[in-house]
Amino acid sequence: MTTIITLIVAAVTFGTVLMYGTLGEILTEKAGNLNLGVEGIMYMGGAFGLAGAFYYEKAAGAAASGPLAIILAIIAAFAAGAAASAIYSFLTITLRANQNVTGLALSIFGTGIGQFVGEFMRVSEGGYVALSNNLKESFSAAIFPQALIDIPVVGRIFFSHTVFFYMAVVVAVLMFLFLKKTRYGMYLTAVGESPATSDAAGINITKYKYIATIIGGGISAIGGMVYIMTTAGCVWNHEGLSGVGWLAVALVIFCIWRPLNAIWGSVLFGAMMIMYLRISIPFIPTEIYKILPYIVTVIVLILTSMKNSRDKQPPASLGINYFREER
Amino acid sequence: MSDTRTPLIRLAKRTDMDRKKIWCIRVGSIIIALLLGFIPILLTGNNPLSAYGVIIQGSLSRPIYFKQTVKIAVPLLCCALAIAPCFKMRFWNIGAEGQITMGAVAATYFALFWSNRLPHVPLLLIMFISGAITGGLWALIPAFFKARWNTNETLFTLMMNYIAIGIVAWLQGGPWEGRKGSQLIPMFSDNARIPTVLGVHCGWIIALILVLLMYVYMTKTKQGYEIAVIGDSVNTARYAGMNVGWIVMRTMFLSGAISGIVGFIIVSGANFTLYKGVANGVGFTSISIAWLSQLNSFAMIAISMMLAVLEKGANTLQTRMQIPASIADIITGILLFCMLSSEFFINYRLIIRRGGRKEEQP
Repeated sequence: MTTIITLIVAAVTFGTVLMYGTLGEILTEKAGNLNLGVEGIMYMGGAFGLAGAFYYEKAAGAAASGPLAIILAIIAAFAAGAAASAIYSFLTITLRANQNVTGLALSIFGTGIGQFVGEFMRVSEGGYVALSNNLKESFSAAIFPQALIDIPVVGRIFFSHTVFFYMAVVVAVLMFLFLKKTRYGMYLTAVGESPATSDAAGINITKYKYIATIIGGGISAIGGMVYIMTTAGCVWNHEGLSGVGWLAVALVIFCIWRPLNAIWGSVLFGAMMIMYLRISIPFIPTEIYKILPYIVTVIVLILTSMKNSRDKQPPASLGINYFREER
Repeated sequence: MSDTRTPLIRLAKRTDMDRKKIWCIRVGSIIIALLLGFIPILLTGNNPLSAYGVIIQGSLSRPIYFKQTVKIAVPLLCCALAIAPCFKMRFWNIGAEGQITMGAVAATYFALFWSNRLPHVPLLLIMFISGAITGGLWALIPAFFKARWNTNETLFTLMMNYIAIGIVAWLQGGPWEGRKGSQLIPMFSDNARIPTVLGVHCGWIIALILVLLMYVYMTKTKQGYEIAVIGDSVNTARYAGMNVGWIVMRTMFLSGAISGIVGFIIVSGANFTLYKGVANGVGFTSISIAWLSQLNSFAMIAISMMLAVLEKGANTLQTRMQIPASIADIITGILLFCMLSSEFFINYRLIIRRGGRKEEQP
């Protein structure tokens, strides 16, 4: 029992990282933009988030407060991701560059920037960038009182996580409400499904695509920051972060573009990615566990395309740029 | 409609720009990208011009550096050639990374278990062919589902990359592991290594042959023509009686096969072993190369050399000026952004509203 609870808690920790990446990408793809730069965006979020917290502590010294550091890290990561996505948006929406190629270019660029900033901080600070233990703890502290966490079984599963997990759940619910219950959300979905129809209906396509992509990129970037500040222990670690962005892209498919699915989907993927550390199943080599998420995603992709049910498809215009004069 | 409703800037497609102007725009975009590359170098407190100098020196100034640069460029070039027919068909194959990896797996199998049973040349030929077939089959999986159920190929091929890499990770730590616990596959014997010609493994010859073959295939053959028609309009192709699904599968097999050959060249010419990072991003970078070359085989040579110079030079930059080698990725990214943007100015004409009156365009 304890093994399972430990597994779930660890899965949630890694799943939180994925959840931000996925939620951001869902919003982006809802607008019809396939941003394959998530990997780069999450690198940038990680590096800038760490930089935000680190330089804040350096400036504030011993008076640095945990909550403020968290807020600054979130803002820094979000801004970095938004800036990266702004480049992507400008190229694909205004200049109509190919989305796949632009996304891959952003991936290369973003991983480069993330690495560069991480390395640069390390070199300029004399070899080691780390927060003080106080701040580190505030990033990975549970937010609920100990009494709740001590409830047997349920306590650790539901109440022992960091603030980032609960925030991600809130973002997922808000995104669901936005997409399903508000007019703007409906418009956004319409833009992703059929830009030409939306354009004819008087919706400002460009505005919706820009805003959704930029905010989506910002949300994804927070995931990178969460990884660096919780799992990696507030130290720049590019190896651990590599591949996370691609996994988030896979997860978007697995969730069939629904934000609420991202909550359990990311925990499930998180579990698959760390399972090899905790449980060994006879006859299945541990390395094979790690490809499970991708295999599951492929199966979902195949099944949805075979069934051809309309509400489970990718946004119809995904990956295709819209140009009004082109018919 | 009133005049004020005319937007300040409108766009129109154009195809009439002359070649000289097009090349001016492209070269201009590269220069702008290199200028933008000054920014990160300046932030590290170094002189950008001398940094670029070091990059050029470190990649081209001596024969040995030049050879290493070519070694980086060969897989990029071959793989860009592999991607070209898919992209021409508007089949967004971003799974070259996985196809390279699977080709490498097949080649490695023969290198590990057949190298003492076969003579040099037949062994290499078998490695070459098995790499091509395995890469091709790996690419055929998403192509089949695309042809049959119209499954989204971008996402499918992307997933296949990580499955391939996972398989290698498993081989590395399991069945093919050399010394127990090393997590490494043993080095190939000399028998399984491709010979060097002029100091670089002969992959560069394969690459140049492929450039020619691909050029002929795409411009002079019936199959190349079919690919072009599907790329322009799937419906036209259907009305003309082409079996689109079959052509998609055939082209993807071809593309995967070339990527598989890249895998063979990498393991047998450069690394002499297999590990999970064998493709090392080549599959992704070469997509940009293919696209930026307008799928033109010969332009790919220039662009892949350019990116190889950056990558090789950046390593020298790190040792000499303590600038992180990731600067290569940043400048590559900026280059790609600028070149992608430049296509806009080649393909579209900006029409600026004058004097508030709607004007007729010629």
